[in-house]
Amino acid sequence: MPAVQETIDQVRSIDVDQYKYGFETEVEMEKAPKGLSEDVIRFISAKKGEPEWMLQWRLDAYKRWLTMREPNWARVSYDKIDYNDIYYYAAPKNNPAPKSLDEVDPEILKTYEKLGIPLREQEILAGVEPQNRVAVDAVFDSVSVATTFKEELAKAGVIFMPISEAIREYPDLVRQYLGSVVPVTDNYFATLNSAVFTDGSFVYIPPGVRCPMELSTYFRINEKNTGQFERTLIIADKGSYVSYLEGCTAPKRDENQLHAAVVELVALDDAEIKYSTVQNWYPGDAQGRGGIYNFVTKRGDCRGRNSVITWTQVETGSAITWKYPSCILRGDNSRGEFYSIAVSNGMQQVDSGTKMIHLGKNTTSRIISKGIAAGKSDNTYRGLVSAHRKATGARNFTNCDSLLIGNQCGAHTVPYIESKNASAVFEHEATTSKISEDQMFYCQQRGLSEEEATALIVNGFVKDVLQQLPMEFAVEAQKLISISLEGSVG
Amino acid sequence: MADVTLMKTPAETALAQAYESAKAILPGNVESRAEAFELFTRSGLPHRRVEEFKYTDLRALMREAAPFAGTPTASEAKAALQSAKALAGVEALQVPFVNGHFVRDAVDFGSLPEGVEIVPLAEALASGHDWLARLSPVAWARQNPVYQLNTAFMADGVMLRVTGQVETPVHLRFVTAGNSAVATATRVLVLVEEGASVTLLESHESPNGANHQPNDVIEMVAGDRSNVRHVRLNAEGDGALALSTLTLKVGAEAEFFSINVVAGAATSRHQVFAILDGENTKARINGMTMVKGGQHADSTLVVEHAAPNCESRELFKTVIDGEATGVFQGKIIVPHHAQKTDGRMMSAAVLLSEGGTMNNKPELEIFADDVQCAHGATCGQLDEDLLFYLMARGIPRKEAESLMVQAFLGEAVEFVEHEGVHDALVSVVEGWLRARA
Amino acid sequence: MLEIKNLVVQIEDKRILNGLNLTVNNGEIAAIMGPNGSGKSTLSYVIAGKEDYEVLDGEILLDGQNVLEMEPDERAAAGIFLAFQYPLEIPGVASMTFLKAALNAQRKARGEEELTTPDFIKRVNAAAQQLEIPKDMLKRALNVGFSGGEKKRMEILQMALLQPTFCILDETDSGLDIDALRIVSEGVNALRSPDRSFLVITHYQRLLNHIVPDTVHVMSSGRIVKSGGKELALELEANGYADYRTSEAA
Repeated sequence: MPAVQETIDQVRSIDVDQYKYGFETEVEMEKAPKGLSEDVIRFISAKKGEPEWMLQWRLDAYKRWLTMREPNWARVSYDKIDYNDIYYYAAPKNNPAPKSLDEVDPEILKTYEKLGIPLREQEILAGVEPQNRVAVDAVFDSVSVATTFKEELAKAGVIFMPISEAIREYPDLVRQYLGSVVPVTDNYFATLNSAVFTDGSFVYIPPGVRCPMELSTYFRINEKNTGQFERTLIIADKGSYVSYLEGCTAPKRDENQLHAAVVELVALDDAEIKYSTVQNWYPGDAQGRGGIYNFVTKRGDCRGRNSVITWTQVETGSAITWKYPSCILRGDNSRGEFYSIAVSNGMQQVDSGTKMIHLGKNTTSRIISKGIAAGKSDNTYRGLVSAHRKATGARNFTNCDSLLIGNQCGAHTVPYIESKNASAVFEHEATTSKISEDQMFYCQQRGLSEEEATALIVNGFVKDVLQQLPMEFAVEAQKLISISLEGSVG
Repeated sequence: MADVTLMKTPAETALAQAYESAKAILPGNVESRAEAFELFTRSGLPHRRVEEFKYTDLRALMREAAPFAGTPTASEAKAALQSAKALAGVEALQVPFVNGHFVRDAVDFGSLPEGVEIVPLAEALASGHDWLARLSPVAWARQNPVYQLNTAFMADGVMLRVTGQVETPVHLRFVTAGNSAVATATRVLVLVEEGASVTLLESHESPNGANHQPNDVIEMVAGDRSNVRHVRLNAEGDGALALSTLTLKVGAEAEFFSINVVAGAATSRHQVFAILDGENTKARINGMTMVKGGQHADSTLVVEHAAPNCESRELFKTVIDGEATGVFQGKIIVPHHAQKTDGRMMSAAVLLSEGGTMNNKPELEIFADDVQCAHGATCGQLDEDLLFYLMARGIPRKEAESLMVQAFLGEAVEFVEHEGVHDALVSVVEGWLRARA
Repeated sequence: MLEIKNLVVQIEDKRILNGLNLTVNNGEIAAIMGPNGSGKSTLSYVIAGKEDYEVLDGEILLDGQNVLEMEPDERAAAGIFLAFQYPLEIPGVASMTFLKAALNAQRKARGEEELTTPDFIKRVNAAAQQLEIPKDMLKRALNVGFSGGEKKRMEILQMALLQPTFCILDETDSGLDIDALRIVSEGVNALRSPDRSFLVITHYQRLLNHIVPDTVHVMSSGRIVKSGGKELALELEANGYADYRTSEAA
């Protein structure tokens, strides 16, 4: 693996400070008043120029949320969140919205440059094969600041735009699908999101279209005391295909910031959606101060026959991760896949996994989860596989492996496997182990340092999942994993 | 949910009344009973929102609480024991309980096998026997509502102490008699001292058609270098709601084996709470469940590797016919210091019919890095290719299924070394299969 | 006597047999040869009654009785025996237990008395000895951990014990070394009799040096495309299947 040497070099070049995206951008911001109220929701809705139905939808969600209780079943612990000590809307002062990149605050453009996210199409084009291009929607706190390749995508009939724009421009499409996979009442954080979501991406792929390039959204939390509540909705119409990537970072701060996103995917007959995430929110410092609370609801609905939804995630950041990208396998012969690498170090807490709900006939699912715990972190895989009465011929294979580095951390596996159909065949296997001394010795005997050997072995451990990512992402993810584990050996 | 006070169900109200009227006459230390019942009252009968009872909603399954059984007369006890059949063919020291009360007349205290001591629990509780200090070896079992109920209501049982190599199996025989539903709460404390060895059998039976509600707790403290083989057979009648708990604390360099065989009861839940408390101990905990019709059987297991270098193996086999439900919840816990732990847990289920349900929840909770732990769970039908192979040799489908079910379950039973007990369990399987043919 | 008339079979919408006709007379050894994918194994499974195959047309008559409506175990009791190309492993079921269950089930289906245990053991031992099967192998779980050759010998042992009237050998020679091939062939030859017929399915002529057929049929694209005497096998060995593959493209 050629990336290994690169990884090691990168790890070496970094000192104590492992989080390289922790800088802050100085821009003038406009915010809603602190706290949550109907007025704040009206404020957000007005800022987005939303139609009345959307406002009503938000207000209904808010009323519902007030009656709900924060879930406590996950294996994570944190101080009570004061929902009135958060800004629910923060956007660079730049109204009306920039029409082209030239109107975007140069500080923000610099930010994305520093993050390595190219927003200028000509820069992207230079030296990149057309098929390897990636269209980007850049979300900065509560608003989308730029979306690239919109026109070229439009030629193919693909709609890719901030969801706030889509609500105005394609209200019928949005109204038909929004909340149809994750109902407003689904869970505490999803309901909160429904009330206050600010931006996120909207994607529609028309029937029979193979999206001509990878789509991606890059989320950045910049402002203090701000929550990010993005909402993403992706619809793959009959026989279409799309691959979507998501990346996230935030500055280093002593406070905890809340990120409560909702992602809904709908795949109709014969459609396929690949959704990949590299989550690298600020994880907090070694003492567990600061970091993002990443409480997200992601769910895909394989609504049509033969549809396919694949979730791939590399989770290295956040102080707390609470996340279960799921598939509802409703269409006959539909397939759901979940590939995950979750790395935790320091005081991080991860409770993540998936749900595969088999409703249709001959539905299949596959779960490959690799958890790596180091430092004083806790890393839990929690997953549900269920076959309902009518899910004749359902198949699941689950493999979840955990690796512990050091004996101050914990790795846990909590699978729920429920079958109500005799012809459903479910197989689940899980292991927990450490890097074997023999492996280490072998590598060291061949001249690798302990750190190099660990990087090498960890790369091997997560290989099955990395292979699911698009090439550039895979390389990036591999680096991230090694950086996250820096300082965990010896 | 903690800050919501739910209305008490009729069963909970009945239990509260039963406790009020019984607490004055139940033997022994009032405080521990009161504490257990107080804890139970706080959460009530566990329901599906309580994680540990997600798949066995006792609030829904126990609509009414049966009254606690009184002490049977000598002739009632005799009649009940005469009709008892479970594991009857195995030559053993019989320690019988009828309706939760130890039948002391049935035990010849003068000629107990060497190395075996038996003390009736009701007496011990009343007199404050020394061994009582060794009750509740697994502290966290006290958090469990089924265990709490037993502690609050336990009326009788025995304390059994093993000090040598005991060849004759000791057979704890639990019989609930009569056709009107009664509840029982029996407690048995088994002390296997350092280096001692014993085979312990348990059988549980009651007449078909009666909605008895037995709740039994066996607590075992096994010393260093001890060797315990434990076989439990649930042959309850088809109306019973049978709750049971095995707590275990085992010392160093010991060997422990336990298998629970479920072949009866409308609803059953068997809980094992085990702590491997000394180094280099090997424990194997197996289960074999056969359910049909509307039966519901839950096997719940928590094994804590509290010392380094221990090995545990858990193998649970479930066969589900009709519209029955099987549940397996198993958890292996490895704390920071339990390095070199080797734990492997497997649950395999076969659904023989449309309409059955299997819920599997195998968990690992690991805090030590130098360990080898794994769990697996499978669920599905009998292999069609194998069935075809057998049928192509002329074996009819039902018979081919039986052969395969026997082979499937056999893997859990083959660890029973005592030939007579092994054969008795094999006949239980055969009997179950004959009944479905 | 086995007669197959215009057999059309598909699996998962894919046509495998396309109007196959074949007659095997009593006492006859018929060999079926053909390239990979021509449908040879499908034919053996359909005769034995495997579920996954959908018979769209045609019939299979064993002594005039259509077997297509029969369950696999009924076909076995009627005298059909399939020696599997890949015999299945059955963990937990001892070979002896299995053999006894099979033999007695068939006897019962035919209205015969079940065998007593000593009688049964005597028969098994006699058959095992001839096939050089050690006794401890019979105590082990059926086919579990057996080598390829041991599995095939176990198939022939079952054949010897169950005394079927129509035997199908599906690629019995695959995975056998020369000694095992000899033992297996001798076992089969010992079972030749005027009222027992064989259908020997093989890719190579090699097996037919040991089990000499009366007739040879060439199968391609789910049909018998040529029939002849044993010399046809030698011809195929020399020229290969190239001549017959063209029909697949058509």
